[in-house]
Amino acid sequence: MSQAFRVPGRGRVDSARTVSFTFDGRRFQGLAGDTLASALLANGHHLMGRSFKYHRPRGAVSAGSDEPNALVAVGSGPALQTPNLRATQVELYEGLAAVSQNRFPCLQFDFGAVNTLAAPLLPAGFYYKTFMWPRGFWDKVYEPVIRRAAGLGVAPTAPDPDHYAFQYAHCDVLVAGAGPAGLAAALAAGRSGARVILADETAEAGGSLLSDRTSRIDGRPAALWVADILAELAALPNVRVLTRCTAFNYGPHNMVALNQRLTEHLADPAPGMPRERLWQVRAKEVVLAAGALERPLVFEGNDRPGVMLASAARTYLNRYGVACGKRAVIVTADDSAYRVALDLHDAGVTVTAIADLRPAPDSALVRAAQGAGLTVLPGTTIQRAHGSTRVHSVELARLLPDGSVGRGQRWRTDLVLMSGGYTPSVHLFSQSRGKLVFDEELGVYVPGEPADRTRSSGACRGVYRLADVLADGAAAGAAAAAAAGLAAVQAPSWSVDVADEPGRGGYVGALPRRGKGLLAMAFVDFQNDVTAKDVKLAVREGFQSIEHIKRYTTTGMATDQGKMSNVNALGIAADALGRPVEKVGLTTFRPPFTPVTFGAFASHARGDLFDPDRRTPIDSWARAHGAVFEDVSLWRRARYFPRGSEDMEAAVRRECLAVRGGVGIFDASTLGKIEIVGPDAATFMNRMYVNAWTKLGVGKCRYGLMCRENGFVYDDGVVGRIAQDRFHVTTTTGGAPGVLAMMEDYLQTEWPELDVWLTSTTEEWAVIALQGPKAREVLAPLVDGLDISAGALPHMSLAEGTIGGVPMRLFRVSFTGELGFEINVPARHGRAVWEAIWDAGQAAGITPYGTETMHVLRAEKGYIIVGQETDGTATPDDAGCGWAVSKAKADFVGKRSLALPAMQAPDRKQLVGLLTEAPWEVLEEGAQLVARPDEAIPMRTLGHVSSSYFSATLGRSIALAMVAGGRAREGETLYVPMEGRTIAVTVTKPVFYDVEGARLNV
Amino acid sequence: MSDTMQLARSGFTLATAADRRRFVLQARPGTLDAAARALGLAEAPAMLATASGGAVTALRLGPQEILLLLDPAGAGDSLAALRTGLDAVAHSLVEVSDRQVGLDLSGALVEPALASLTSIDVALPAFPVGMATRTLLGKADGVLWRTGPEQFRLEIWRSFAPYISGLLDEAARDAAF
Repeated sequence: MSQAFRVPGRGRVDSARTVSFTFDGRRFQGLAGDTLASALLANGHHLMGRSFKYHRPRGAVSAGSDEPNALVAVGSGPALQTPNLRATQVELYEGLAAVSQNRFPCLQFDFGAVNTLAAPLLPAGFYYKTFMWPRGFWDKVYEPVIRRAAGLGVAPTAPDPDHYAFQYAHCDVLVAGAGPAGLAAALAAGRSGARVILADETAEAGGSLLSDRTSRIDGRPAALWVADILAELAALPNVRVLTRCTAFNYGPHNMVALNQRLTEHLADPAPGMPRERLWQVRAKEVVLAAGALERPLVFEGNDRPGVMLASAARTYLNRYGVACGKRAVIVTADDSAYRVALDLHDAGVTVTAIADLRPAPDSALVRAAQGAGLTVLPGTTIQRAHGSTRVHSVELARLLPDGSVGRGQRWRTDLVLMSGGYTPSVHLFSQSRGKLVFDEELGVYVPGEPADRTRSSGACRGVYRLADVLADGAAAGAAAAAAAGLAAVQAPSWSVDVADEPGRGGYVGALPRRGKGLLAMAFVDFQNDVTAKDVKLAVREGFQSIEHIKRYTTTGMATDQGKMSNVNALGIAADALGRPVEKVGLTTFRPPFTPVTFGAFASHARGDLFDPDRRTPIDSWARAHGAVFEDVSLWRRARYFPRGSEDMEAAVRRECLAVRGGVGIFDASTLGKIEIVGPDAATFMNRMYVNAWTKLGVGKCRYGLMCRENGFVYDDGVVGRIAQDRFHVTTTTGGAPGVLAMMEDYLQTEWPELDVWLTSTTEEWAVIALQGPKAREVLAPLVDGLDISAGALPHMSLAEGTIGGVPMRLFRVSFTGELGFEINVPARHGRAVWEAIWDAGQAAGITPYGTETMHVLRAEKGYIIVGQETDGTATPDDAGCGWAVSKAKADFVGKRSLALPAMQAPDRKQLVGLLTEAPWEVLEEGAQLVARPDEAIPMRTLGHVSSSYFSATLGRSIALAMVAGGRAREGETLYVPMEGRTIAVTVTKPVFYDVEGARLNV
Repeated sequence: MSDTMQLARSGFTLATAADRRRFVLQARPGTLDAAARALGLAEAPAMLATASGGAVTALRLGPQEILLLLDPAGAGDSLAALRTGLDAVAHSLVEVSDRQVGLDLSGALVEPALASLTSIDVALPAFPVGMATRTLLGKADGVLWRTGPEQFRLEIWRSFAPYISGLLDEAARDAAF
């Protein structure tokens, strides 16, 4: 029979619109406006999942985001199935396909349920104790098996085909939660003209008022009052109301993250619509109106399907028009459950008994229930709920004056409603680093002094009476707007004509029971399958701090972050420790408030847009000429230019020989460039670099080396002096942003008196390196009459001129050891100038080469690469660049550190060359070096290979290495232990080719 | 490359801005005022403000920094006047014409699209017409300048143009929902 538990005329669902869906392949019908949980319950279907550890059958226990049990996967296929969604939050749409999780082979019958029988063997922390031996089994056997058996849903395996929006937003007042307090706050702030964002995690604003058939505000039913407020908010252009939008992270400085679900509730979303939108909201003021969560009671069998929170049954009835059962037993320590009993009774559900844990409950609600003929059993507890996939009976028992539990009586039921009172939802407040304080009267933690500009209002700070909640919300909204700088306006006020008085009472901890209950499973944390016994065991085993108990038992560590369990776990621990609850402390509530899709975090940062893909002006030419590329920081650089079927090795050999024998052309545009200008430019350079700059003439270049304050090499590059007050500095490709930032830092904080300014010119200039003995003959005809002869433009000098009419800074520099030029032209002309040189070089056999060839050529000359030879612990002297360090300068960044004895120790790792015996043997970069091949393991490593290549020019392999006391070891044989063999190497000087530099000075 | 960048969606268009010669002028604040006068402006614009006159637009990006955008037609005269005005006064003038490209954004969805890239508040009251600032656009640096109620100019480094326009395209698509 379809929807047998639907109560006609009740709820906010659309009874005219039937919606079909499947659960575990079975077809069901619900109504538009249902959640998956309410629709299943309308069909009398309570069983929705299996538990995490014991595979116990579970049903929905709540009706909201605090649901720990009814976790389902929605959608189908390897990419589209989303696991671990709470059925209480999944909105129904036509054709929705959901499946249960953590069951095998099916939900009704599950092999894993034997874990329940084995429960005595699986106490808290069992995996720490049981799976210790044999060693090595953990990785391969225990952990994979445990992970498969436990755990929640299955993660999708294919890439997510959806896309996700991302947006920063700014507002004066952010209100989290659109229940009565939040609505009042948003309206109060909105009327003042403040920019307001009101976010609620559910599909419809109104919170508890949507389930409330009793209260009347300004003479109107609560739900109609909600509609009035929403209409006014909608008319305010400065207010944005976001539903299906969860405030899940409260970051520093009022940066609050919201996750808005845009398509999940739609059967047929518009094409191109993002699935979710992540909002990063910077709010001047925040009003938290997160409400309160009802606490479950901890008794044996409290996890049986059909055992629910009383408030949940009320929501299912009044908001969704669903009776969760036919015969209800209510167990409560709070008056509010009596209203649930009355609502159920009105709807035709038989309320068999109301067991009240309090000895003498007495209030208007209690009397109303008694007046309606309901059986109220004061001083009565629940000993146990019976049933497996559905509760069928309970045992209620008297609480005796001495605190013990008397003989029980069995009551037949299909619905057990529990109410342990309410816990203010302080998650977001706690995330904002606000201190929680224990409220003696309510027996729960409430927000204390906030750490950020935030206010809690309504039930989330323990204010429960509806009239007080509305006033509290309005006051918070008005105060927040005023604090955000808006002119104060009269806070709105409403009169609550009818409402239940909030209950006093509540219960914390495990219910008393008869007998020891050694095998009783009374759950504290449903989602992580933590029982009262587990918490007690943790205390017995010596854990005193609630933080340790949490980690040992895993209570409160599941995706629900202890929404239901924290207070009860605390109560049980406090009882076992013999201390008051407030002395035991509280654990941290971690973000996210509810789980967030990974895709929402990634938003647009995926695929080509994950990072900027930076390309030079010459990139298109390289592409057209078959270059193979590599990533260098964010840049895409040509690595080599294979011809025909050449592999990298062959191409690089050919390119190397072409440069050494003729001329090669190389795109050096990615080099960082900084223009340093001002009367104090040379002074600034002297302080930043280890070198001396005062005497560098205009039109000259110098290799510059930069340390950090710790004396270790940070960056290097050639610097040209364009004018007395103007330096053209180059940096490594990856180091450019860091160098500029470090320079600015020193300039702004240490030397603000210097008249010198920095400008990044990295992308202003395209840089074409023309290298090789024939470089000059190719370039000379192109430079519009500029004299580039050896006499006019010697090595390490520069000239300004034009090339084909294009302005040019021409550097006579070389990173290859050959006659070389670096031609800097404005970026827009880069490709045209490159092509002009390319055409002119044809007769000379001009060859394009890439970064790999560049690396080999420089290694043949022993030129270091910062980050390859150096690793952040090398001084200039270690890297063979001690000659660059000025002895005369009073100070420079790193000078003091370099003066320390340890920085000059003779056994520091120093740059050396290595030659293998076999000329074809190319060492592995990163390989370790030892003194003796037969040394006992662990051997003492003397250093490592930093660069290693086959040199076509030399016809043999070469390597650079950093070796302890390396320069004194010249001629020594060291050993490279590799898998299965050891390679002997001879230590040499780190320059392998043209040691005198004759080829440079031509 | 970025030379002819063009995007059009409902409520959002992006196009490469008209070519300008660009200079970064840096100096002490008093010198910046003198420079502004030499360029025919009353004074250096206030922090994060812009000033225009003749061939010159000046964006005040820092206490000691102005980005100058010069109409190529009048750029020579402006530069000559500037150099004369700042002769023998400590300053730094560096041409960056080719370092960056300008992108003109317009349409009703420009604000929400930009709000997907920058954490700066781009609502009109917080970011009025004429305001300019350096910011992060996704993971790339850029300069954001509001040229009208629904118009922005981005001045971004040349190699960031495909990335930033790609992000804006997706953001503009999402902003429609």
